[in-house]
Amino acid sequence: MKFLLFLTAAALTAAPPIVIQNATVLTVTKGSFKGSVVIQDGKIKEVGEKVMIPPGAQIIDASGQYLMPGIIDAHSHIAADSINEGSVSVSSMVGIEDVLDPEAISIYRALAGGVTTVNVLHGSANAIGGKCQVIKTRWGKDREGILFEGAKPGIKFALGENPKRQGMSSGTRAGGGQQYLRYPGTRMGVEDVIRQAFNDAKIYQAEWKSFNERKGRGENPIPPKRDLKLDALVEVLEGKRLVHAHCYRADEILMLLRVADEFGFKIKTLQHVLEGYKVAKEIKEHGAGASTFSDWWAYKVEAFDAIPYNAAIMVKKGVLVSLNSDSGELMRRLNTEAGKTMKYGGLTETEALSLITINPAKQLDLDNRIGSIEPGKDADLVIYDKHPLSSFAKVQKVLIDGSVYFERDRDITDRQLREQRKKQLLEKEKQNQPQQKKNAAPGRRPA
Amino acid sequence: MLKHLSGLVCLAALALSPGNAETPEVIAIRNAKIVTVSGPVIPKGAIVVRNGLIEAVGESVTPPADAWIIDGAGLTVYPGLIDSLSTLGLPDAAPMGAPSATGRRGGGPPTATPSGPPTPPARGPEDRPSNTSYLLAADQLSATDRRIEAARNAGFTSAVAFPNRNIFSGQGAVINLAGERPGNMVVQSPTGQFLTMRSAGFNAGYPGSLMGVIAYIRQIYLDAAQYKAAKEIYNAQPSGNRRPDYDKHLEGVLASPRILLPAGNPKEIERMLRFGAELKQDTILYGLHEGYRAAALIKQHNGKVLVDLRWPEKSRDADPDQIDSLRALEARDKAASTPAELKKAGVPFALYAGALSQPSDISKAVKKAIDAGLSFDDALRALTLSPAEIFGVSNRLGSIDKGKIANLVVTNGDLFQERTKIKYVLVDGIKYEPSPEQPAAPSEATR
Repeated sequence: MKFLLFLTAAALTAAPPIVIQNATVLTVTKGSFKGSVVIQDGKIKEVGEKVMIPPGAQIIDASGQYLMPGIIDAHSHIAADSINEGSVSVSSMVGIEDVLDPEAISIYRALAGGVTTVNVLHGSANAIGGKCQVIKTRWGKDREGILFEGAKPGIKFALGENPKRQGMSSGTRAGGGQQYLRYPGTRMGVEDVIRQAFNDAKIYQAEWKSFNERKGRGENPIPPKRDLKLDALVEVLEGKRLVHAHCYRADEILMLLRVADEFGFKIKTLQHVLEGYKVAKEIKEHGAGASTFSDWWAYKVEAFDAIPYNAAIMVKKGVLVSLNSDSGELMRRLNTEAGKTMKYGGLTETEALSLITINPAKQLDLDNRIGSIEPGKDADLVIYDKHPLSSFAKVQKVLIDGSVYFERDRDITDRQLREQRKKQLLEKEKQNQPQQKKNAAPGRRPA
Repeated sequence: MLKHLSGLVCLAALALSPGNAETPEVIAIRNAKIVTVSGPVIPKGAIVVRNGLIEAVGESVTPPADAWIIDGAGLTVYPGLIDSLSTLGLPDAAPMGAPSATGRRGGGPPTATPSGPPTPPARGPEDRPSNTSYLLAADQLSATDRRIEAARNAGFTSAVAFPNRNIFSGQGAVINLAGERPGNMVVQSPTGQFLTMRSAGFNAGYPGSLMGVIAYIRQIYLDAAQYKAAKEIYNAQPSGNRRPDYDKHLEGVLASPRILLPAGNPKEIERMLRFGAELKQDTILYGLHEGYRAAALIKQHNGKVLVDLRWPEKSRDADPDQIDSLRALEARDKAASTPAELKKAGVPFALYAGALSQPSDISKAVKKAIDAGLSFDDALRALTLSPAEIFGVSNRLGSIDKGKIANLVVTNGDLFQERTKIKYVLVDGIKYEPSPEQPAAPSEATR
């Protein structure tokens, strides 16, 4: 890791312009061609078959290689020390931002798979979960350094089996056969929890409005209590916080869209949404995006009625679709996940690539910053040795904000250095081990 | 206390330990090497102790006529050691082990009433789970805690004792490690709120995760601020305003002069420094085993820290075939260099015995820090004047100066050396000789 840190630091302090040459550039939004990309101050400055090479530029020759925008994973749970606050059915007071782990190795693994932006979500244990955090996989940086600066905040909702799990009857704790099960226990209950929460949020919003009005009139009223749980929901009502809702079945999807319409807020994305193909029209009408898996289902009852054509069908119905990983492992090969939509549903290359680049960028309201290779956007770029939709493609280099954060060659040399260092430390520890006398130390006093 | 103890201590030990049966009011130690910590070492000088306080110290101090004279030739006098984070005198507290800052460590759900009837799991911050912020260590002290004598044997004459069973555990007290009654022992109270990041775990009530704990603490501070404001408004104008409900949990928070937060590695250190600043409370971090990697960061935040002396070791029960990660190996290798790195960066720090209780283990642990680059003087300071400064009692404890409390350690050589013996300690001017090793023997006899 030390070497990586050094590499990063060097890249940042020097910061000359970078030109990536002779690559097959897959811009996603502006076609594909053989050409170059000029990077300056962390942004893409120029893209084209022929570009002006700025003086002093560092040249990266990518002959025979492919350049694509950094992959965006719209649904992940990496880099956090806790994921679920499952004790309550509405946990909008908690946030991933408080428990980020910038040293989680999963960040590096995602980076090595070409992922540069990740939406780290709260889990799906409850109807209204916690706040999400968008990060960039800037490996080696501290917490501040991995935050996606200026990203719109989000929140996780969940429908169906997970939030209606009531927990075990905690008999050991309760005693006397009493059970403390969590409400709700049915899909009806999940809807009720969401309605109740937004009713509370509206009352809370009104309380503060009235307080501020009285204050404005020069009175000195006792302020209402700040409630972190309702603060986040008021932000949803005011359109300041994006809702990412875990769901599977068509009926519950329609339920959520209706509830949102009724309370006057938007569902930004439906997550998993395995039955989305059945209600694509309604999803489009609401304006929600859909973030799904390519061919992963049947892991629980509500995930049975799924087809690999889900993404393609929703795309063709005009829904904004992305593919996500929901897994630190799948995350490393989202490119081949996208490729599957060409086989199942016949999406074009560009359409397939957009499922892991520009579409998730739009779903996070970050398409002005990332998701395609266009002048003015962040220089988050991945170089593959083969076409990224091929299962033979390997990531060679990953740049974020114009700095190289991953290099395959370097990674391979570092492995040996790390192995050596490990051997040294193991040897040292063995030598320093005190020769323990094996008499059962009688000096122990009772605690 | 001694009367009680004498029932347990075997006759031989009793003969060696005169106790306070013959406590003179004035004691003078002369011809001793005096390490004042606050000033230069006096190679040969005298200390006069009167009425529990240091009356005079210096090279040319003449013992007064009414003093009991102790010849200190060949002996070294140090200020009494301060264990900066402990549960001494609090038999109900959990042992002060390494902190669990990730909140994942299992154990039972924290509860405010460990022995009370089972309570339903908390449904939110309004239930005030795991909150005994109002508990005062000073009110909970037991002068007959047998660990007190063991700590004196290791050279400790004071400790900062905290209740530690809850997220809001309660307020600590600086105590002297001897006294007939608990009231004799208290030097300063309250001295800060002890916070843990212990969550109830899944399905055992709110908060069930680390991010839940953080959100909970944040909500409590918001509630406390509102509570304070509401009380002020109400007291100024009771007529026409509804009275705020009394809340002991918030009273405890508002009465805390500072907070103690757990942090082991850089991510936790950064997280807790930021959190302390957000709560606008004077913050002390405890744990710090990977503090060697974050010294500059702590300095940047003007942090103050308490370092656990029980350095991490390979678990004795570990699978011999399992090779630890490079990160874990490095952490074990470098942990003891934390004090030296903190010193270099200019961070105020103190050491605490943590789960160590044997005098020889404590000496060895300090020695390990010295071997890793800490000077002897800085090690001594971290167990005397530095903790006194961190907890705001350096005007009465921590060094050998006129007017300070007469807490002294008298040895036959340099502290923290294997061959050095502690001859006796003075607590509040009263002399205690350590009982010979094998302190567990009496309890075995009574079994």
